Amino acid sequence: MTTKNFQRPDGRKLNEMRPFEAKVGIIPNADGSAMYKSGDTIAIAAVYGPKKMHPQHSQNPEKGTLRCTYNMNSFSVSDRIRPGPSRRSTEISKITEWALEPVLMLDKFPNMVVDVHINIIQADAGTRCAGINAAAMALAHAGIPMRDMVSSVSVGKLDKTIVVDLSKEEEDFEEGDGPTDIPISMTHSGNITHFQLDGKIESKQLMEAIEMAKKSCEEIYEVQKKALKDSINMEEEA
Amino acid sequence: MTNTEHKRSVVIPGETIVEGDNYLPGEGTEKQGEKIVAFRYGLAEETNKLVKVIPLSGVYQPRRGNIVIGKVSLITFNGWVIDIGTAENAFLPLMETPRFVSKDRLDEVMKIGDITVAQIFGVNGRGIDLTIKSRGLGRIDEGIVFKINSNKVPRVIGKEGSMIRIIREYTNCDITVGQNGFIWIKGDKIEDELFAKRAILFITEKSFMEGLTERVEKWFKENGGVKKETKKYDKEEEFGERRE
Repeated sequence: MTTKNFQRPDGRKLNEMRPFEAKVGIIPNADGSAMYKSGDTIAIAAVYGPKKMHPQHSQNPEKGTLRCTYNMNSFSVSDRIRPGPSRRSTEISKITEWALEPVLMLDKFPNMVVDVHINIIQADAGTRCAGINAAAMALAHAGIPMRDMVSSVSVGKLDKTIVVDLSKEEEDFEEGDGPTDIPISMTHSGNITHFQLDGKIESKQLMEAIEMAKKSCEEIYEVQKKALKDSINMEEEA
Repeated sequence: MTNTEHKRSVVIPGETIVEGDNYLPGEGTEKQGEKIVAFRYGLAEETNKLVKVIPLSGVYQPRRGNIVIGKVSLITFNGWVIDIGTAENAFLPLMETPRFVSKDRLDEVMKIGDITVAQIFGVNGRGIDLTIKSRGLGRIDEGIVFKINSNKVPRVIGKEGSMIRIIREYTNCDITVGQNGFIWIKGDKIEDELFAKRAILFITEKSFMEGLTERVEKWFKENGGVKKETKKYDKEEEFGERRE
């Protein structure tokens, strides 16, 4: 394997993430909100509810519903993207719902819906992971009962080397086997809630990638936790 | 984060609050093996081996017995639908008014858009039931109504109503705090009402500080408040602190 002398375009180590930060309570009108930033990718999430589900035929009398809306703002990429829902954004919305639902305790809110709006205001790859991280914090901030937090990171295989948190430049890597992108979300206790794979990878290397994601999610969790705790202290100082 | 004895600390979902066999899981917590784990974001507190999480954010959860303030959004043939800021609409039946009302004269008591103080007498699967039969409940005719975060209501009321008493003494206004975060202020002058509103907004801003009562007294002195002789307030007993 060429792992030893592989150089990432931005000079990061193989298991090094882009500088990331998180903030909670950024949208005063929402019931809960958060921002997650990883390198040049910035995601903001706003949570509204639990509120009554409309239209009535979508109501579930057994448990509440989680409804995520992922949106990439037209100015988030250098080439303006067409605003409005697209095939890609609907898919990511659904993926985000599936990634977050296992930790939410929605059985207390029958006939209700929790709305999560995720906006990507700046994109540089890994937007769905940033969106899930922001949404998990926003849901906690909104006081929705949850069993655990969710952290998300994308692992990639560039030619034959496993690296963590791909940037756009790395995603467009063309040499050798090309890029393989694996976004993974997991809870703090290590259960995987979301897993996607775009490309090809050997099963042995895949296990290696999951281990790597686990370590990175741990780091993200600490930042999410700190952001949630700090939002209270800030109110104390104000 | 394991030692929370007599100290409140912020916890996030999935975080272990205490470990050990001799603790009881209270509100917002769950027992997982030997651990007591928080399942919501808030302040963890331990009293007499009972561990609970006090919520800091989120929407208002209606409970039986709560005094709330809401707006009439619909008149039906047998009552009023009142918007109290919850997911479910609250219903005030005709039967729960203090005096007899004819079925075709419902809007003489309350019209659409009117604001009312009411008490929740039941929360069931179909919705929330209200009553205005007790003293101090019913339509609001004068004063100002505004909304704060419902999680900060206990702070505005204070221990055994101490905070609300201070605001009354300095502003000479009647204040009714709905558990859903709506506050009604009624005073003799609009200046007094706005002064009381500013004081309450000050409390919500500083709601996590120690010794809040003293700070509010200081704030009143700094902002030119004059302590008035306390009148007898017969409404006092209705503003009990929210403790379950």
